[in-house]
Amino acid sequence: MDINFYIIFFAAIFTSNILLTNFLGMCSYLSISKDIESSFGLGMAVIFVLTVTSALNYIIFHFILVPLDLVYLQYIIFIIVIAAFVQLTEMVIERYSPLLYYSLGIFLPLITVNCAILGVSLFLVIRDYSFIQSVSYGAGSGIGWLFAILMLAGIRKRIKDNYLPHGMSGAAISLITTGIMALAFIGFSGVVIIQ
Amino acid sequence: MSMKKSDIFLNGVFRDNSICRQILGICSALAITNLMMNSLVMGLGVIWTLALSGFTISLIRHYMPNRIRMMVQTLIIASYVIIVDIFLKAFYPEMSRELGPYVGLIITNCIIMGRAETFALKNNPLNSLIDGIAAGVGYTLVLLIVSFVRELLGFGTILGITVLGDWWVSWSIMVMAPSAFFVLGLLIWFINRKNYAH
Repeated sequence: MDINFYIIFFAAIFTSNILLTNFLGMCSYLSISKDIESSFGLGMAVIFVLTVTSALNYIIFHFILVPLDLVYLQYIIFIIVIAAFVQLTEMVIERYSPLLYYSLGIFLPLITVNCAILGVSLFLVIRDYSFIQSVSYGAGSGIGWLFAILMLAGIRKRIKDNYLPHGMSGAAISLITTGIMALAFIGFSGVVIIQ
Repeated sequence: MSMKKSDIFLNGVFRDNSICRQILGICSALAITNLMMNSLVMGLGVIWTLALSGFTISLIRHYMPNRIRMMVQTLIIASYVIIVDIFLKAFYPEMSRELGPYVGLIITNCIIMGRAETFALKNNPLNSLIDGIAAGVGYTLVLLIVSFVRELLGFGTILGITVLGDWWVSWSIMVMAPSAFFVLGLLIWFINRKNYAH
């Protein structure tokens, strides 16, 4: 794999958006997208955590797990790294920046169970990325996720008061809206391919 | 606890169906439903993990310190997922490649943590085991319905066997990402609509 890292970065945002093509991070995407402000807060937290944990997990995988022949432990190690990092970030933010804590902090515990974070770490192992590629893939995926949730939050706000068939409101209409968004993002495919 | 075992089972499969009623575990429900075979294997993996992690968590529920409860649960779940992953890699390497990271992502499947928190922590091991199997069967059922539609329209096959002949023009959209959203969205709508009518 010798794809330039900025190609991976843009591909992660547009052509293989982590949410719209790989379906990762759906749970919090559907539940938080009710309002734009919290979507933005959660999205920023996801970008930060994704970028750092993809770097950390790359280092741990290639310099600890591979030499020790413990690759099969990757799931446990990755999830521990993610959970520990999220906890640590929460504590640091709470201690040093109460203001940031109130806008971002409440979303941090949600992130541990966001499958996008673990998914990105697993993808970069499967696709055999180098360190710089891994970090740009992590950051790009985070930004792509932020884009997707902001778009859905905006659309949901616009259609909130419109008439919907019975039973359609809530998850069903959000999923169908996301389907149309994914359809639009197919337009980007073919520009660059990273899989 | 004097719940009837059959009640626990039926509740888990239908009344509390995780995907349709609680909107949990959507990620993998969307990603691997392009073929029925993938859904079946994924479903079995989830049933295994749900049942045994529920059982284990329920066994040690009185000894777990509350503060690190989540971490312990995650580790238990991850251990069972690793077994699934190693099993697939050893016996069905092709399937393992096809499912890719989604086997590992069973760990962050909210259904499992959800059942652990709401059921296994409060009930005895046997009931938790049944509840886990039931939730897993409910999950697999939804996966199979979605993948049935997608595989039939996208490839003209069911479980890899051609059922629609040469005259069938495959809908390539059904193989791609957006259709997963459409089919699941319509399914949830259909189920909610029926409940609304009652």
